[in-house]
Amino acid sequence: MSKDISIKAGANLNLKGLASTELEVAKMSLDYALNPDDFFGLIPRMLVKEGDKVSLGQPIFHDKNNESIKIVSPVNGKILEIVRGAKRKILNVIIRKEGDTSINYKIPNLSSISKDKIMELLVESGSLAYIRQRPYNIIAKPDRLPKSIFVSIHSTAPYAADYGFILKNRMDEFQNGVNVMSKLIGKPINLSISYNCESDFSILNNVELYKIKGVHPSGNESFQINRIDPLNSGEIIWVIKPEDLANIGSFFITGIFNPRRTLAVSGECLRSPKYYDTIIGSSISSLVDSKELSSIEDYRFINGDPLSGSKVEYSDFLGYYNNTLSVIKEGNQYRMLGWLPFIYNSVPSLSKTSLSWLLGGQKKVNTNLNGEERAIVVTGEMEKYFPMDIFPMQLIKACMTGDIEKMESLGIYEVVPEDFGLVDFSCTSKIEAQEIVKNGIELMLKEVG
Amino acid sequence: MDFIRKQVDTLKKPFTKGGKLERLYPAFNAFETMLFVPNHTTSKGSHIRDGVDLKRTMITVIIALVPALFYGMYNTGYQYYIQTDIQFTFIDAVLHGAYKIFPMIAVSYAVGLAIEFAFAVYRNHPVNEGYLVTGLLIPMIMPIDMPLWMLAISVIFAVLIAKEAFGGTGMNILNPALTARAFAFFAYPTFMSGDKVWVSEASNVDGISGETILGTLAANGEVAYSSASMFMGSIPGSVAETSVFFVLIGALLLIITGVGSWRIMLSGVIGASVVGILFNLWGANSLMSFEWYNHLLVGGFAFGIVFMATDPVSAAQTTKGKWIYGFLVGVFCILIRVFNPAYPEGVMLAILLMNVFAPLIDHYVIETNVSMRRKRWRDVKLETT
Repeated sequence: MSKDISIKAGANLNLKGLASTELEVAKMSLDYALNPDDFFGLIPRMLVKEGDKVSLGQPIFHDKNNESIKIVSPVNGKILEIVRGAKRKILNVIIRKEGDTSINYKIPNLSSISKDKIMELLVESGSLAYIRQRPYNIIAKPDRLPKSIFVSIHSTAPYAADYGFILKNRMDEFQNGVNVMSKLIGKPINLSISYNCESDFSILNNVELYKIKGVHPSGNESFQINRIDPLNSGEIIWVIKPEDLANIGSFFITGIFNPRRTLAVSGECLRSPKYYDTIIGSSISSLVDSKELSSIEDYRFINGDPLSGSKVEYSDFLGYYNNTLSVIKEGNQYRMLGWLPFIYNSVPSLSKTSLSWLLGGQKKVNTNLNGEERAIVVTGEMEKYFPMDIFPMQLIKACMTGDIEKMESLGIYEVVPEDFGLVDFSCTSKIEAQEIVKNGIELMLKEVG
Repeated sequence: MDFIRKQVDTLKKPFTKGGKLERLYPAFNAFETMLFVPNHTTSKGSHIRDGVDLKRTMITVIIALVPALFYGMYNTGYQYYIQTDIQFTFIDAVLHGAYKIFPMIAVSYAVGLAIEFAFAVYRNHPVNEGYLVTGLLIPMIMPIDMPLWMLAISVIFAVLIAKEAFGGTGMNILNPALTARAFAFFAYPTFMSGDKVWVSEASNVDGISGETILGTLAANGEVAYSSASMFMGSIPGSVAETSVFFVLIGALLLIITGVGSWRIMLSGVIGASVVGILFNLWGANSLMSFEWYNHLLVGGFAFGIVFMATDPVSAAQTTKGKWIYGFLVGVFCILIRVFNPAYPEGVMLAILLMNVFAPLIDHYVIETNVSMRRKRWRDVKLETT
């Protein structure tokens, strides 16, 4: 039996250039990279040197503060380069794929496996990195089990990948992942699907099924957690992306770490935006070639969706977690008298000071800021895109002033920066809400832990 | 467009880093961004942004003010000609009004923006758009015959004390336009009340009696105007506050575009109506028995509740808070009108009073949310122990 949940506020942006449900096996990437910045709160300590040979599943670095949090190699090969930036910060660990060896673990019979053994295998194989812990969205710590686990198939961000399509042929692995995780915490995991879709997910075992009715950001786990099993001070909840759970399930079948990544490559400028089957850390050039995009000049590549992804160069690599790669035109042009209301209606706007909302259809976007940053003047605007019993503007102000007590009592534990994606988008004063909240969470992590 | 852009780029050179006029960059920037939305792209956070910005929001308010302003011009001429018994046409009335009002607008903008620009250059931040609205609001709520120097001093006081002293746009506690009005009211009381200031040239021409309705009521007089003329606005009063009809057109635009809070407007009307009805039932004097619906039509109530009370910076910021805040503005407006005939118009003082209390209202609304969350935490702790 499923429960229906309706999340009212928010908006879908409906951007032009969404990947069509058509899967292509991506070209084999020559090099693969791991970027420590993909793992919020992790301080990397390298376990390999340049030139070392590594196998698939071999740890590359672990967290300085917790050695059981390790990131393993997605391929077999050798360490080509450890790219460092200012203050020797590690920017990328680049691995050149060679040969085909992998680290194998012996998987005991799953019907009699103990919780400790499951945890040990998750830690040793590096699969733990697929699990993220709330509060703070850091990699799960193995010393404490969560009160519940959330997996959201319901995805609402612009250009977000359709997990139903991605997992169509991986339902066995997904079910196995569900079984293992629910065994670990001793109760079913919370799985949310879209309200109106009768999918394969509704017949799974060991899940508590929720049907979510709502537009973006109702697909973000934070808003679902808030309604289903709110996170309180001192509690822990785990969140796993659907494909990552299938990868965990696959590991508990084969005993080999599974770095598979199916990616929706979207963008209005692409010739045929579609899904690609590839591996974590592949180069972006292995997905978007000159046939897809005639010139890379004036385009921005984003690991993730346009609201909360991170900017990368064409020569960079895929992130660890994203199932979406977005390509968007840079908006470095002037717009004469562009601030006039009701005039430039082709620029997407959720505000009624433009007729954009009346026009309907799919919207073209670029990266222009469409104005300048100002002090917060307009009120009641953020609440429209933040369907949770939290005051977003007051929380943002608490983060700006670094007032820990206020941040805590206003609900910082229940949010992650990406929940403020639409707030960022719609803000009249062009406030960098996600950045502010991220800094706030970093402060909490440092001071409260 | 390219041609203009090139000209602007040439002009910009001395203002950019290392240029001779580098320190004046914020001033140049204000003009440049008026002409062109800049080519800045997103660097942090969301990669795509809404087309709306503060300029667009403020310009929408100005558009909403235009009907009331235009009627104010006409009414200024109309009141003048009707009382002096001179034959006039519609055009004459508008021209007379424009002749009186444009200098006020020019002075308000010139003085206010000069201060804003000076502060922007001094603090090295971009010029905020807030004054575009404030600068138009101030002349609209002043008596028509106000000397320009008085207007200028009111503007200086409002911008310096009510706004910049608190940190500029977005940080002020009181609505700057109303602060200017309150300053003029208390600094030049003989000028800002009585029956000689509300009609153009009233102090120079003997025949004119320009008493406002609220003034008449406060003096226990008989009101000579019908509800219809109060609604349409052909009555003496501040420049652009008299016509409820034209204010409502502006209100409609603010509500449709979401720029003004309909919650504050609606709850304000409810608050004033409730108190008005109660006073009607009591009916101890002519102010109390003045019909409650006429209270909504006379004076600056409509203008105040639509354009002043909804100022997002000085109003309550939470949704629940907005309901309470608007309601209390309405309540206090009628209370002040009825109980304190020394201040025949209550809406200005009611809004300023509630501006001061808005943060307190928000505080309690937010506290409810916080204590709900803390209770949830406590309940969980009790369960687990």
